[in-house]
Amino acid sequence: MAPEGRSDYFGAAVRRLRMDFTSETGLKVALAIRSVAAWFVALLLFFPILFMLVTSFKTELQAIAVPSVWLFTPTLDNYTHVQERSDYLLYAKNSLITSVVSTLVGLLIAAPAAYSMAFFPSKRTKGILMWMLSTKMMPAVGALVPVYVLAQGAHLLDTRFALIVVFMLSNLPLMVWMLYSHFKDIPPEILEAARMDGATLLSEFRHVILPLAMGGIASTGLLCLVLAWNEAFWSLNLTAANAGTLAALIASYSSPEGLFWSKLSAASVLAIAPIVVFGWFSQKQLVQGLTFGAVK
Amino acid sequence: MRPIARLLLVPAVGSLFLWMIVPLAMTIYFSVIRYNLMEPGEHAFVGLENFRYFVTDPSFGTAIVNTLLLLGSVIAITVVLGVLIALLVNEPFPGQGIVRVLLISPFFVMPTVNALLWKHMMMNPIYGVLSQVWRAVGATPIDWLSDWPLLSVIIMVAWQWLPFAILIFITSLQGMNREQLEAARMDGATWLQQFRFLVLPHLARSIAVVVMIEMIFLLSVFAEISTTTAGGPGDASTNIAYLIFKQALLGFDVGVASAGALFAVLLANIAAAFLIRLVGKNMDR
Repeated sequence: MAPEGRSDYFGAAVRRLRMDFTSETGLKVALAIRSVAAWFVALLLFFPILFMLVTSFKTELQAIAVPSVWLFTPTLDNYTHVQERSDYLLYAKNSLITSVVSTLVGLLIAAPAAYSMAFFPSKRTKGILMWMLSTKMMPAVGALVPVYVLAQGAHLLDTRFALIVVFMLSNLPLMVWMLYSHFKDIPPEILEAARMDGATLLSEFRHVILPLAMGGIASTGLLCLVLAWNEAFWSLNLTAANAGTLAALIASYSSPEGLFWSKLSAASVLAIAPIVVFGWFSQKQLVQGLTFGAVK
Repeated sequence: MRPIARLLLVPAVGSLFLWMIVPLAMTIYFSVIRYNLMEPGEHAFVGLENFRYFVTDPSFGTAIVNTLLLLGSVIAITVVLGVLIALLVNEPFPGQGIVRVLLISPFFVMPTVNALLWKHMMMNPIYGVLSQVWRAVGATPIDWLSDWPLLSVIIMVAWQWLPFAILIFITSLQGMNREQLEAARMDGATWLQQFRFLVLPHLARSIAVVVMIEMIFLLSVFAEISTTTAGGPGDASTNIAYLIFKQALLGFDVGVASAGALFAVLLANIAAAFLIRLVGKNMDR
């Protein structure tokens, strides 16, 4: 009797336990486990950034202390040092100008092309889109020497102009692609109705497409802004003291200043803070842009 | 209206065509002459010698393998972990908004900062955070950049791109048909079955998008390598992009670098052809 009774008891316990997972307390436990796991993963991924932020307020000695110090009197010395050493504001200005201007010019060129392909498709449309994407797959380093030589010949080395052109061109394929897929989502009937009413191409674009595709245009612009701000290859190789962007400034901390953790951290925080905060606010828009509107 | 619409294509197609053809033509020209910046005035035609030099360079094979390893592992890591993490944070829980902001942040960190942050603060064998963790569990700290250079670069690049994958998968998951999942649950489908037959097919398209975009950006990883390992030790973390850079700017040999660049173009085209088959299916809706 006894083993049977025990097994019965066990079965009941299992049954109760299984019931519990759909009961209210069970759901709460599951939610708690999931929340803790999610927070753990998020903090783990964010930890390097947090560590850098904290380090930027330490003295150099505190920065390399083992084990790491987490309670200390914060100092702003590193930030003043960065500005004194390398004129942070000039680099920030270069980053801002090159990324904003290249994005705006890119949109001005990409939007008409995307419009043309989305609403007046031809046999070659798909081919053109694929060709554009394939130019993006070409490693930048493949074009480095020619572009360097051309820029040198035109006396454009270390100018913002050269960077703007290069950023614009290297983001152009993505821009056309994204805008194309966003324009594609506009029902053609709306355009036909507008045309029946005698709308010209320009007014059609301004009064019908622009308002409808504003979200898509914004997300495309945002993404290209982020990409241009973070671009390192061309800014490292085409610029020096005049047109250098923040990405190039940070690379100059590579060594031996890399040994000075807190100064490196302060410079890095200054370099990424604008775009990270900007990204936080625009993450929803960004996703739309990144997925070519394909994932909804 | 059609002819006007065609005209609207011209600025984009024209500028991209120039951006492609001018450097390409120059690269082809440079690749068949002797062109070393240290020996001015000597531009003799040498035929395919630069190509032979580049291909027989022992670094060449290593660089190709490294490029593919880097590409493959980062894509695998970001897709697998990305799907799991997206599933974890998909349903509402306290602080969901903040968690999402924290998760996405590394994507906005510029590659040079990413590289220096990991090189010094995370991976330094004496003071680095990872070495502290290793010591805390009683293991011998690893000298990441010297002993595991390629793995170190993979970790840095994956850290940057994982948030991107997570973000896209979260967005895709939100478009899932909840009633369908509910019905499957009622019919007694296990978690694994739901995942296999409902979630994964739904995610297929966004996985294709992630693979495509990452391929475009990962074929030419540069900043992470040049600011941390400089391709070394030896060629252990040299990819094609960095090898060409080394030839051109460190070896001053424009001819050989140009030949290498043409190989990179070839590699890119193979990848593009592969992609077109992948995405082409997804494009027809």
